Amino acid sequence: MTDKTMTPEEVVGRLRSGMTLGIGGWGSRRKPMALVRALLRSEITDLTVVSYGGPDVGLLAAAGRIRKLVAAFVTLDSIPLEPHFRAARESGAFALTELDEAMFMWGLHAAANRLPFMPVRAGLGSDVMTVNAGLRTVTSPYEDGETFVAVPALRMDAAFVHLNRADRLGNGQYLGPDPYFDDLFCEAADTAYVSCEQLVDRFARDTAPQSLLVSRHSVTGVVETPNGAHFTSCVPDHDRDEPFQKMYATTPWPAFAERFLSGKSEDDYQQAVRAWHEELR
Amino acid sequence: MISRSEYCVVACAEAWRDNGEVLAAAMAPVSTFGARLAKRSFAPDLLLTDGEAMLVGLDGEPEGWLPYRRHLTMVTGGKRHVMMGASQIDRHGNQNISCIGDWSRPARQLLGVRGAPVNTLNNPVSYWIPKHSPRVFVERVDMVSGVGHDRAAAAGATRFHRLGRVVSDLGVLDFETPDRSMRLASLHPGVTVDQVRAATGFDLVIGENVPYTREPTGEELRLIREVLDPEGLRDREVRV
Repeated sequence: MTDKTMTPEEVVGRLRSGMTLGIGGWGSRRKPMALVRALLRSEITDLTVVSYGGPDVGLLAAAGRIRKLVAAFVTLDSIPLEPHFRAARESGAFALTELDEAMFMWGLHAAANRLPFMPVRAGLGSDVMTVNAGLRTVTSPYEDGETFVAVPALRMDAAFVHLNRADRLGNGQYLGPDPYFDDLFCEAADTAYVSCEQLVDRFARDTAPQSLLVSRHSVTGVVETPNGAHFTSCVPDHDRDEPFQKMYATTPWPAFAERFLSGKSEDDYQQAVRAWHEELR
Repeated sequence: MISRSEYCVVACAEAWRDNGEVLAAAMAPVSTFGARLAKRSFAPDLLLTDGEAMLVGLDGEPEGWLPYRRHLTMVTGGKRHVMMGASQIDRHGNQNISCIGDWSRPARQLLGVRGAPVNTLNNPVSYWIPKHSPRVFVERVDMVSGVGHDRAAAAGATRFHRLGRVVSDLGVLDFETPDRSMRLASLHPGVTVDQVRAATGFDLVIGENVPYTREPTGEELRLIREVLDPEGLRDREVRV
């Protein structure tokens, strides 16, 4: 069977400017940050980013790589407002498709199921309908006759997700409490790349079946990136790096990028993070 | 001596009275203490979350799994009563948490609409506003995130639309008026009608004799002070 392991650079080498990229996780939780950082080391830009947004969006926005964002929010969780997302919005740096959290989820379901849309009881009456002039409604063909929003499928060219464990074939396992929507992101994208804390040769026979979230038929590439969700949480492997996140949120972008993102590899980043923590002691 | 914040906790708790077996969801310290107070006293069937992905009992012991995808089904199934915050709210209960100013290039980008649209059309929604001011209680919100009565009616989306109460640091407001516009339902002791009027950016419906928010019972005070919030976080959120 196909060994799908690759490096972050090889993943990014398969992407092109102008693509629609889905990013898994939620807020500042289990974000595929190592893959996002690899993207920042490339020249790829003009992206449409689809995300339950956290610092993945913040980094890409600060670096000017986003043409359009599709999101219901962008947050760092313990710090409610993402500073680079705010700055980008307030300077009109990119277009925004602002959806409700449930509309977003049903858009993923529609894409994963090859449906053009899903009917959702959400959005009607709110300004989500005003700022997304392309949204259409659909009326129930049954007796109730209720009107719903027809949320269009959020089909993507590529998706990034980060999981706790994966095998070389592309099967991915989450060990934390919430799968978020990572399986749907992989199924809703034409290509999907799974980064993981640790590669395993095989999963043990007594593996909790429900933990095997992502299946290889929906995965294009697998990358081992220990601490690759940093600085977002990836429990039980690691918690969110709160001091680092706070520094990220309060440091001007050029200084942060120079110190942490100017290296040639993910290893350079991890080393810069270790050095920063050493200084704190 | 009962503090303002303690009246606020009790007023929040009252939002969940007689709600039965639904998730009591809250986002801020005082509203969260309110949900827990309700469960510990007059609404024991309520469900609570740990704020991550578990349903938990009073001592944090797990009783169910609630990742975001299932949480959203509790919303759309109507098995939840949420108390959200509001950066802006108007007389009809339209709420904004998305951005301030023109949406296309906001003066201040906030969170985004999050789940406010789906919440308001599917499960009962109340609001907790720790600082009652004309900047929050506005004539018109900049980006309707949570849907108010007028907009729900205009969109034909009233089937499961239920707004409960709006609790602020000054009093309790509700929508028990003929046209469902916001009314001053009670004043927290120590607050005057004029204070509320001055802190509200629209004409609030105010009756002849506005009652005071009810007193906490002795047991409720003990729970708030000794069990729910021994560190006094409530007084950092409500500074009176």
